[in-house]
Amino acid sequence: MSHYEAILPKLYEILRPHGQNGQTLSEETELVADLDLDSLKVMELLLEVEEQFDISIPLNIVSDVRTIGDFARQIEQLLEPK
Amino acid sequence: MALLKKFRQLADARTSLARVSEDPFRVTIERLVSPTEAIVNGRSVILAGTNNYLGLTFDPQCIEAAVDATREQGTGTTGSRMANGNFIGHLALEKELAEFYGRRWCDVFSTGYLANLGVISALAGHGDVILIDADCHASIYDGCRMSGAEIIRFRHNDTADLHKRLTRLGKRCPNTLIIAEGIYSMLGDRAALVEIAALKQEHGAYLLVDEAHSLGVLGERGRGRAEEAGVEDKVDFIVGTFSKSLGATGGFCVSDHPVMELIRYASRPYIFTASPCPSVIASTRAALRRLQAEPELRVKLWENAQRLFDWLKGLGFRLSPEPSPIIAVRFEQAEDTIAFWNGLLRQDVYVNMVLPPAAPDGGSLLRCSMSAAHTPDQIDRICQSFQSVKVALES
Repeated sequence: MSHYEAILPKLYEILRPHGQNGQTLSEETELVADLDLDSLKVMELLLEVEEQFDISIPLNIVSDVRTIGDFARQIEQLLEPK
Repeated sequence: MALLKKFRQLADARTSLARVSEDPFRVTIERLVSPTEAIVNGRSVILAGTNNYLGLTFDPQCIEAAVDATREQGTGTTGSRMANGNFIGHLALEKELAEFYGRRWCDVFSTGYLANLGVISALAGHGDVILIDADCHASIYDGCRMSGAEIIRFRHNDTADLHKRLTRLGKRCPNTLIIAEGIYSMLGDRAALVEIAALKQEHGAYLLVDEAHSLGVLGERGRGRAEEAGVEDKVDFIVGTFSKSLGATGGFCVSDHPVMELIRYASRPYIFTASPCPSVIASTRAALRRLQAEPELRVKLWENAQRLFDWLKGLGFRLSPEPSPIIAVRFEQAEDTIAFWNGLLRQDVYVNMVLPPAAPDGGSLLRCSMSAAHTPDQIDRICQSFQSVKVALES
């Protein structure tokens, strides 16, 4: 299993409380359009993801993240040893 | 149409606000009576949201200095110092600020916003990291964005979180700039600078502190939070503004790093802005002299801040975590905040209304700022107004 595939279920778990009741989450789910996350909620979400994966997420990448899949790919890159 | 569509949401929000409130962005100061009183809608209003901490905007010495400078040097510089040259007042103010802080170098900028933009964007670049307190001012965020560096937030005043993030950065710490504020502008709480400075030393990073709201407010000599915390020698760059305690407009950065002289050549917000006009430089120099000569202004400011804080706390309001010249009265709902702000204005008290997402934690608040120029009677009237609006809205 790639890092990406391992990251996705953890992301779903974190994001599920933000979705509507019964909403199915997928790689294509959009954080703002589908989950209705405003800027404050996005910031809270970042903190939660940082804790979960023990990473620091630069704000610079936030504008590149539209979907859950985008987010997982960014986390994957941040987890790669530098 | 497509280009302008993005304004629809803003227009809707403004329309909704206008249905229930006076537009806070359109409050017009028709005439200023003093640093703490103005005529608004034809009525005399107590100003309790102006950041005029030392009340120097009507100081006779500052006004005379500004008037003399205008007569001698004209109304403006009409361009950048890089193009039009330095006025002698620019250089004198930089020397005086450097001496005041006991630093080797000082650069003056045209506004406090530009000081953060200019210094941060010049200091950090691609491949560098900036660690900012989450509650930092927009000018700091914008400077970070302009720099091209990686921007990482740490939880507000949470030094354990900062430590964790520095540890994650590992060998990148020497390329890292930590940024905090002396006093945070929304809640008025102080930076945990002793711990932050120790972490900066431990990890070998750099530290910039914005003393916009703490210059003239904290420290034995009024130099700010770093002086109060006894860590000035560990702070690499101090940024400040002339638009609060010094009663004018402008900003500066002081440091012992010789790069401060080079920043003038590398900072677009320094190079491509008209330099501060002579009157502003002259009144700022006079205000800096007053700040140093009259520490009693600081004592009076804190007495006033404590008086307001204690009274509002006694009335049961949820306040900022600690007494300070910035006192935030916090509300759960934006609607309550709007109603309260309007009630206060009708009672002739002006404070700042802060609605989401501008306030920390997504809440809303009424932000009061105290001045050394407030009289005990004015503070009592502010508190009585808070009390009567509270009773009226709860009934």
